[in-house]
This record gives sequence, structure tokens and C-alpha cells, in this order.
Amino acid sequence: MKLDARIPSGPIEQAWDKARFDMKLVNPANKRRHTLIVVGSGLAGGSAAATLGELGYNVKCFCFQDSPRRAHSIAAQGGINAAKNYQNDGDSIYRLFYDTVKGGDFRAREANVYRLAQNSVNIIDQCVAQGVPFAREYGGSLENRSFGGAQVSRTFYARGQTGQQLLLGAYQALERQVDTGQVTMFPRSEMLDLIVIDGKARGIIVRNLITGKLSVHIADAVILATGGYGNVYYLSTNAKGSNATAIWRAYKRGALFANPCFTQIHPTCIPVSGDYQSKLTLMSESLRNDGRIWVPKQKGDKRPPDQIPEAERDYYLERRYPSFGNLVPRDVASRNAKAVCDEGRGVGETGLGVYLDFSEAIQRLGEETIRERYGNLFDMYQRITDENPYKVPMRIYPAIHYTMGGLWVDYQLQSTIPGLFVLGEANFSDHGANRLGASALMQGLSDGYFIIPYTVGNYLASTKLEKVSESSADAQAVLSSVQQGVEKLLAIPGKRTVDSFHRELGKIMWDDCGMSRNAAGLKDAIGRIRALREEFWRNLNVPGSSDDLNQSLEKAGRVADFLELGELMCLDALERNESCGGHFREEYQTPDGEAQRDDEHYSYAAAWGYTGPGNPPELNKEPLEFHYVHPSQRSYK
Amino acid sequence: MKLTLTIWRQKGPDSKGKFVSYPMDNVNPEMSMLECLDVLNESLAERGEEPVAFEHDCREGICGSCGFMISGVAHGPQPATTVCQLTMRHFKDGEELVLEPWRSRAFPFVKDLVVDRRAFDRIIESGGYISVSTGNAPDGNAIPVGKEESDRAMDAAACIGCGACVAACPNGSAALFTGAKIAHLGILPQGQPERDRRAVRMVAQMHEEGFGSCTNIGECTGVCPKEIPLEVIARMNRDYLGGAWRERKNVVTTIAPVSDWDFAKK
Repeated sequence: MKLDARIPSGPIEQAWDKARFDMKLVNPANKRRHTLIVVGSGLAGGSAAATLGELGYNVKCFCFQDSPRRAHSIAAQGGINAAKNYQNDGDSIYRLFYDTVKGGDFRAREANVYRLAQNSVNIIDQCVAQGVPFAREYGGSLENRSFGGAQVSRTFYARGQTGQQLLLGAYQALERQVDTGQVTMFPRSEMLDLIVIDGKARGIIVRNLITGKLSVHIADAVILATGGYGNVYYLSTNAKGSNATAIWRAYKRGALFANPCFTQIHPTCIPVSGDYQSKLTLMSESLRNDGRIWVPKQKGDKRPPDQIPEAERDYYLERRYPSFGNLVPRDVASRNAKAVCDEGRGVGETGLGVYLDFSEAIQRLGEETIRERYGNLFDMYQRITDENPYKVPMRIYPAIHYTMGGLWVDYQLQSTIPGLFVLGEANFSDHGANRLGASALMQGLSDGYFIIPYTVGNYLASTKLEKVSESSADAQAVLSSVQQGVEKLLAIPGKRTVDSFHRELGKIMWDDCGMSRNAAGLKDAIGRIRALREEFWRNLNVPGSSDDLNQSLEKAGRVADFLELGELMCLDALERNESCGGHFREEYQTPDGEAQRDDEHYSYAAAWGYTGPGNPPELNKEPLEFHYVHPSQRSYK
Repeated sequence: MKLTLTIWRQKGPDSKGKFVSYPMDNVNPEMSMLECLDVLNESLAERGEEPVAFEHDCREGICGSCGFMISGVAHGPQPATTVCQLTMRHFKDGEELVLEPWRSRAFPFVKDLVVDRRAFDRIIESGGYISVSTGNAPDGNAIPVGKEESDRAMDAAACIGCGACVAACPNGSAALFTGAKIAHLGILPQGQPERDRRAVRMVAQMHEEGFGSCTNIGECTGVCPKEIPLEVIARMNRDYLGGAWRERKNVVTTIAPVSDWDFAKK
């Protein structure tokens, strides 16, 4: 398939202006004749549904949680980037663009990233106007802090709860549209398939999680904003309910899936403590501003941290990367933590941890200032570990956090199925092979508030849409295939629980498609995933029925999809014979252990197409061109 | 450690519920309350029984999905902690924990430990926002907000909408939840134009949903995982009183509840 990203010609600074001018418009009277479906109510979906409602479209918004306010964007802690240059420290749209392309290890699309940097400034304005209580200086102006991968202070934040406050802003805007009647909200509703008619996305099949009832919803366009697929690893910082089902079913209906192997491992999470563990808790990256990361110089040094003298500590990030120090990007920080633990210098009972030490910052700034900056994070750490981080250094270890891959979209955020748009973490477009801190919130809101309202209008105005009814044969055929899928899961006469399959899949993925990968391990993992999938469909046991709240059944459907997606991730990782960003292939590294890209052969987005059950997926390539930021070996030294 | 979990089991709103006791061996003190339920559910599923339904999502204390009563206390004994972050080390070996769903007229029962909290969404829908459509905003720094004001607004905005305040209140009042949003937006300069209307409409909706009235008992703030201060209720009452006075039509001809007055309706 020839992939056309529809990037406007001409200088990148004017690309978005040009694209907007070239777009066709839907006049106000016609907007109310269109119905749009938004799946997901996080920063991307919530802001999209609210804004499209404000414009006058009829919007149906779906989420699986009991309320749109619970979407996992709410858990983002650290902040949101914007090129405001309020700090007068040399920031600009171009610099944010540059940092993001470089941070993504030259695997993102330049034009998308430039637009993201442009929109960043409007996002802050919009959120302030909504009443988001960002941190302020005494004089009343907005405060900023620095974040990993950047040398300027451009991160806006609301204590350690920035995601929560931005999401509540979008949620409140959404509820305002619910009040006006422009948006109809469908909570506790999970999308289980996409309806494609005449090659265009025309609706979805939804399961009501309380009654189990399946229903058909028809629209003129479908917008997916369903987040990432980090839960394929079982243990991740994602919410327990986060899943890939919506994008995976869309993939199986013809949307391409790009760069599935690009996953981000976050360097600062609370280490695993036992095999009952259900998820991993993130400690915001902002802690690296004031915390210093170290391990003992000696292998197997079991002394408590306060008894290890300064001279016997290895502040390995400061030593290896003197100019960025503890603020190197996430992929670099994570890999280095793994390396020192692999050497046997890890701390804590399991040896899988490194220290994040605030004693120097507390001495320099006082405990009060540190409490002000990170109080709620310190409290959370203490609640979970029963250790006081004001006195004892935190122990942290990397964990799966974010997926840069996702459904392939063009510059208009449209997938390869016309009328199917994909926003936020669910798409692949802006972060390349590694996302910088405080950029996920920015992308979700940029897509939802400032991009989709234009591009979906352009689609509607330039597309002839036949009338489709919910009872049409096409829609009913999809409905009955979903019905059969649900019944099939319940009918498997097996013994094993859904969670046991999920844990086993997660372990395969973490061991062989995690922080570092190699060809032999990936091939082996593909074999084991296939065997596990075969066992799943033979030996699964789902208790309960399909006509009431059945959380085991919900999980079974999601894990069935993860078992297929996991294989595609391994295949993509195997196919990409280079290291870039979060994708570290052990065979491809520089003499000092940094990721070694191969721009000659792999400067493309790998977009995989579904070819039917049991058939190998088809690889399509979108070549990436860099006219502004020239690919170089990333250096944070 | 060993524990007994005595859990309210009820298949649906129309079926009869009862407490069922589940003895648990090998509870690790490091696991969270929800991970303890995971372990129980895994063993139930292995025996072919239906697992206990409970709500949860982020498991880091911020999404507000989780919550139930533990031996009569919403979210259990640890202050400022949701059940997803409540570790088992806070309980004694051999203890019996009684788990029940939130009980409130305004939160219809769903299953086991799950209730329907959509009433909260409808309260926000009735006015818990600032009406500014995308694209209308001035520069972020054009609206100065003092640090103290901003901090106080943030204290109120930290509410996660879990419903513990309602479950803990002997009156089943949602005043802490509603007051938190009224305070958050009413403190900020951006929230001033709609301050009266917001307070009046949200309070009216709160009554409409069937929540009880506040009688200043303070159980709500005591169990609140985000420690929302009681002062937000004082602010709510003040804004409501001011709003109701200023928004009244010249003739107040009724002794009907305020929720029936014209301006309180949509």
C-alpha cells in the first residue's frame, strides 16, 4: 500500500496554516446534521468530544469506566510542555520541535511535531481559561520547571497531579456539552468492533458492561482516542482497564498499525515487591530535577544507603552524561539503570533498584521547599513502601509506561480507513521511538482541542456519505460476529484464569521485547506467544455469564487481543535491525553502549497491515524525511 | 499473615444480598487491599465461582474508581488513602475485615461492591465548569492568579470523585463533593462570571439527585482520600446564599424547594 501522509508542501512553519486554509468547511447549519463517534474520554477523546460539541456536531462519546473523568490521563503527574518561553531562557516553538524530534531519535514525522509545538502555547491558554490551577509565582504568573530531555524550563504543572487537573478541565468542558445536549455520554460502554461500509468507517459495536447488551452505533466518522497498549506487559504504569481492543479491532478491519515495538520504559517507578503485584506505580520524572541517582560502586554492597560514604557511590548518570546528568531522556535513564543492576550493583532486596536521593536538595533548599514541590509524591512513596523519602533515598526501577506506536495516521490524523481518525497515545505520530517527559498531555490536547475539529470537518465536507441505518445488513453482520466472539470466550471449557494467561504473556514480553531485545529472543518469544494463544482458546475458564457485570469476561476479550498484538510487537522489533530510542536491539550498539541507529535502512515508520487470520501481516513503509532537524547520533554527554 | 474477608455478595439490584466470609492465608503485608481481593478472586475463578465485583482502574489513588467500606470506614483505617493504596500491613494478623459497597440512595446498587455514581457527573454537568469554548482563551499570563489563591483552588480541585464522603455521611450528603468544585472554580478569577449561577444550579442538582443535607458532622472530610477541607462546604453555602439572593426574580412567590425555582432549572 502506498502511504500518503498528506503533509502540506512549503516551509514547515506555515504547513499547518496552509493545511487549515486548504481544508473544506462545514457550515454551521450543516454541522448539526452530522453525528460523530468519539471512543475514549481522556485528554484526547474528552477534549475532542467537548470541542466538536461546541462546534455544533452531534457527538456520542463512549468510555468503559463509570465516568469520563476516570480515563487514565488522570494519572499523569509531572506536567505539560509548552513553548511559551515565559522563563526567558531561550525556548521557542522551534526548540520544542527540535527537542521532540531529537528526543524521539529521528523516528517521528517532522511536520506533525512542528504543529504539536505550535499548538502547545494555545493549550496552556485554553486550560488556564478553564480554571486549571497551574502552579503560580507569588506575583500571579505561571510557574515552570525543567524536565528530562530539555535544557529549558518549559513544563507547566499542577503539583504532582497535572494530568488530573487537565483531564478535569476537559471533562468539565465535556459535561458542559452534555448539559447543552450536543454530546451524549455512554459510560461503562466498551467498543468491540468497527463498522466499515463502502470502505469508510461508519460506526461501532458497543457492549454495555452492566447489562451485557450489544448495540450498533452509526455515525459519519469515528474518532478513536483509546490510549496505549502498555498492558500487553501485564505489569505497567497503565490503569488496569487500559487496553488495546478498540485499536486492535480497527487494525483487523483494515487500519494499519505503525511501529508497534516502540514502547517506553519509564525510569522512575517503585520496584516490584512480590508476585501478587498488579501494577507498577510511577514516581514522576520531575523528581529527577532535584533527586540524584546512584548505586554503590561495589557489587553486592548491602550496607544501608546512609552508611555508604560519598566516595563509594556511583552517580552514574552524572558521570556518563555530564551536560544532562540526571535529566537525560527516559530511554537513556532506563537503560543505564538496567545496566548497573545487571552488573550486580542494584539495591533493595531484589537487587532490581537504584537510589533516587534527595538529601543534597533538602540540604540546599530545605525540606519545606522539597515538600512544596513533590509533597504528594513523597507521601505516595511512603504509603506504598513504608519508608520516609525525606530521610532515606527512594528506590526506583524502570517500568513499562507508554507506547509510542499505534494506529498509523496521516497529517490529518486519519487512519488508512477513511473516516476513522485516531488521537493521542492511540496513534503513532508525534513521539518517534521515544517520548519526552511532559509531552503526552501536550499531544492528547493538541489532537483533541486543536487538530481534529478542523480535519474531521474537512473530511465531512469533502466526502459523500450514503445514509446508513443501524439495521443495515453490514452493521448487523458485524454485530453478530461480535456476539459470537463473546459467546466463544464463555464457552471455552478450560481451567486457567484470564489473569494467569495475561501474566505469562507479560513475562514473555518483558523478558524478550522489553528494555533490550535480540533476534534470538524475539523469535523464541513469537513461538511462545503462539503456543500461549493456542492454549488460551483451549484452556481458558471465564466464570459468570454475558448478561450482567462480568469483569472476567471483559478481561478475557482484552487479553485475547493482547495475545495477538504481542506477536506483532515482537515481529516489528525483529524486523527493525537497529537500535533507536526505546527500541534497543543488543546487536546494534555503539562501543560505549548507546543506541546505534541505521538511518540508511530504517528511517521509516513501519506500518503493518492485517491480512487475515493465520496470515503474516504485511509491512508497509512510510519513509521519514528530515529537512530541518538533521539526524545525528543523539548525545546527552 | 491470615485474614478473614467478609464481603457483601449481591448479584444485582433486584436480587437478595448477603455477607460471605472468605478466610485468606498467606496475605503479604506489602500487598494492597485490591491486590488482596485479586488473590481471592483468582482462587474463586479457579474453583469456577464468580469473582467479587469491585471497581478499580489506575490503582494509584487518583482515578477515583475504587472504594468500599472496610469494617464501617470508607476506604479503611489509613487517612488520606484509597483502598488501592491501602497496604495490608495496616491490619493485624487474624483480623476480620467487613467489606461493603457505598450505601446511598443517590448511588444505585449494581453488583457486589459496585454502585452507580453517575449522580456526580450530573452535578458537574449542572454547572461545574467555566464556559469557555476552545479558541476563546487569552494568553495564560494575562490572568494573574495569586499563589495563595491558586494553592487554595488546587486543594479543592484535588477531589477524585470517589464518593467516600457520601458513604461516610450519616445524611448521605454530597456537600463535600459539590462544595469542592464550587470552591475550586469560585476562588479563581476565571470562575467569577458564573459564580452565582454555578452555585445555585449545582446545589439544586445535588438535592434533585436525592443526596441528604449537610449538618456539619465532618465525617466526609475525615475519610476523604484527598483531605478536602470542610471549608469548601462553607464556601458552597456562602456562594449559594449570595447566588440565590442575587439571582432571585423580584417576586419570591413560593415556598417550594429551591430546586423548583425557575433559575435552578435547566
